[in-house]
Amino acid sequence: MQRFALIAIPYAWLLALFLIPFVIVFKISLSDIALSIPPYTPTLDDGIGPFFAALDFENFAFLTSDDLYWRAYASSLRIAALSTIMTLIVGYPIAYAMARAPEEWRPTLMMLVILPFWTSFLIRVYAWMGILSQEGFLNQFLLGIGIVDQPLTILNTTTAVYIGIVYTYLPFMILPIFAALDRLDGSLIEAAEDLGCSRLQAFWLVTIPLSKNGIIAGSFLVFIPALGEFVIPSLLGGSETLMIGKVLWEEFFNNRDWPVASAVAVILLLILIIPIILFQRNQQRQAEDSA
Amino acid sequence: MMRLSWFNVTSLTLGFAFLYLPMVILIIYSFNESKLVTVWAGFSTKWYGELLRNEAFLDAAWVTIKVAVLSSTFATVLGTMAAYVLVRGGRFLGRTVFSGMIYAPLVMPEVITGLSLLLLFIGIGLDRGVITIVLAHTTFSMCYVSVVVSSRLMTFDRSLEEAALDLGCSSFDAFRLVTLPIIAPAVISGWLLAFTLSLDDLVIASFTAGPAATTLPIKIFSAVRLGVSPEINALSTIMIGIVTIGVISASLVSKRNSLRQQREEQAAARAA
Repeated sequence: MQRFALIAIPYAWLLALFLIPFVIVFKISLSDIALSIPPYTPTLDDGIGPFFAALDFENFAFLTSDDLYWRAYASSLRIAALSTIMTLIVGYPIAYAMARAPEEWRPTLMMLVILPFWTSFLIRVYAWMGILSQEGFLNQFLLGIGIVDQPLTILNTTTAVYIGIVYTYLPFMILPIFAALDRLDGSLIEAAEDLGCSRLQAFWLVTIPLSKNGIIAGSFLVFIPALGEFVIPSLLGGSETLMIGKVLWEEFFNNRDWPVASAVAVILLLILIIPIILFQRNQQRQAEDSA
Repeated sequence: MMRLSWFNVTSLTLGFAFLYLPMVILIIYSFNESKLVTVWAGFSTKWYGELLRNEAFLDAAWVTIKVAVLSSTFATVLGTMAAYVLVRGGRFLGRTVFSGMIYAPLVMPEVITGLSLLLLFIGIGLDRGVITIVLAHTTFSMCYVSVVVSSRLMTFDRSLEEAALDLGCSSFDAFRLVTLPIIAPAVISGWLLAFTLSLDDLVIASFTAGPAATTLPIKIFSAVRLGVSPEINALSTIMIGIVTIGVISASLVSKRNSLRQQREEQAAARAA
C-alpha cells in the first residue's frame, strides 16, 4: 500500500500536468480558431460525435502553405546547430584547462562555472543588450582603440543571438565535458606520447574520444533548449531573426490563434523527439557505464 | 603537480572573462548617475532608491518569492518521491513512461511546456493566478529535484537501509531515520535548484500567470523590451548579489560538513 502511494502520487502528478497537457495541445492543433472563450472550436460541450467530426489537419496544412513557418523551423535548426558548435569550440578548451588545473583549484573553478547558471537567465541575456548596442560598451571599446571608425550594429541581429546562446548555455557545455575529462586517466596520454604520438595527435586520438560522452551530453543540453529559445531572439535578435519559439509566442499572445500555436508546438515537438530520445539513451548509457 | 601550460591559462582567463565581464559591466553601470545607461556620469545609488519606491516591482517580487517557496517545497517532496521510485522502486507497470516523464521536461522547450499547461488550466476552468504558476513550476522543477536526488541515491550504500530493516525498522522509519539524513544534502540542493528555477522563469510564468498575478521576470521582461534601463540594472545587481552570497555560503557549509564527516569517519575507523 505504501509502495503504491509512493509510486502513484508523483506518477499521477506528471500524468496530469505533463502528459495530458500534450494531448490537449494535440487536440487543439486539430481545432479551428473561433471568436469565443476559449478561442477555438469544437469543445467537448458540442457532444462527442460532432466534436471528433470537427477535428481536422487544416492548421498543419496552413503551416505548410505559409513559408514563414518553414523558414522559422529551418532557421531555428540552423541557429541551434551553429551555436552548439560554437559553444563546443568555446567550452572545450575551458573544460580542458579546468581538468588540467591543480586539484585544489578544481572545486573553485567548478563553482565559478556553476555560479552564472544560478543567476537569472533573463538578467544574463539583458546584460548583453547594454554591451552590444550602438552606443554600448563593446562599440565604445572598439572605437576607443581605433579598430573601427563607426559603431557596429550587433544588437538586434542574428549575430547577437549567437553570442547570447553561446554565453548563456556555456556552463551546460563545460560541465559534462569537464566531468568526462576529470575522470580521464592521465597515464593514457603519457602512454600515447611514449609510443610516438605528438601532443596534438595524443589529444586527437586519446583525449577527444575519451571525452566523447561529455561532448555528446553537452551538445544535446545546448542544442535542444536553444531550438525552442524565446528570450534570446526576442531581446537580442532583430526582425530578420526567425526562431520558432518566438513565432509560437507571437501566434499565441499577439494573434491569439491558439490552434495554429498548438500546431506549431506539435511540429516542434516532433522535430525534438529524435534528439531527446538520443539524449536519454546517452544519459542511460553513461549511468550504466559509471555503475 | 602539473603546471598549467600557457594555453590552458589563456583559455581559463578568457573563458572566465567571457562569463563574468558582462555581469561586472552591468553591476558597474547600475551605480551610474546618468539616465543614459551607456554614458558614465559619476557614482550614484539613486536607481536603487527609485527601485525601492517602485511598488509594481515590489509587488511582483513578493508574488515571485511566494511562488518560488511554495513550488520548490512541493517539487522537493514530489521529486524526492520520484527519485526513490526510480532508484529503489523496482519494476512496475509503466516504469519507462515514468522515467521518460522525469527526463523529458528537463529539455522540453519552455514555450511548449507553458502553452500545454495553459491549455490544460483553461480546459479544466482553473482561474490563472498564483496557484497555476505554482502548479506549473512544481511540475518542471520536481524533475530537476528528482535527477539531483536520484544521483545521490544511486551512490549510497544500500546495506545501511537493509540493516535498519533487519533491526526492526518499518520501511517508512528506515527511510526517515537512515535514508533521508544521508541524502539530505542532495534534497537541500534540489530545493535550492527548484527555488532558483522558479525565481528565474519567464516563459512558463507568462503563459500560466494571467492578468491577476505578475512575477518579477515578467515585469523585467516587459521593461527591458523597450531597452536598457538603469533601474533594471540596479534590480539585476541585487539579484546577482543575493544569488552569489547564497551559492558561496551553501558551498562553504557543504564543504565544512563534508570535512566534519571525513573527520568523524576517520575517528570511527581509528576507534574500530
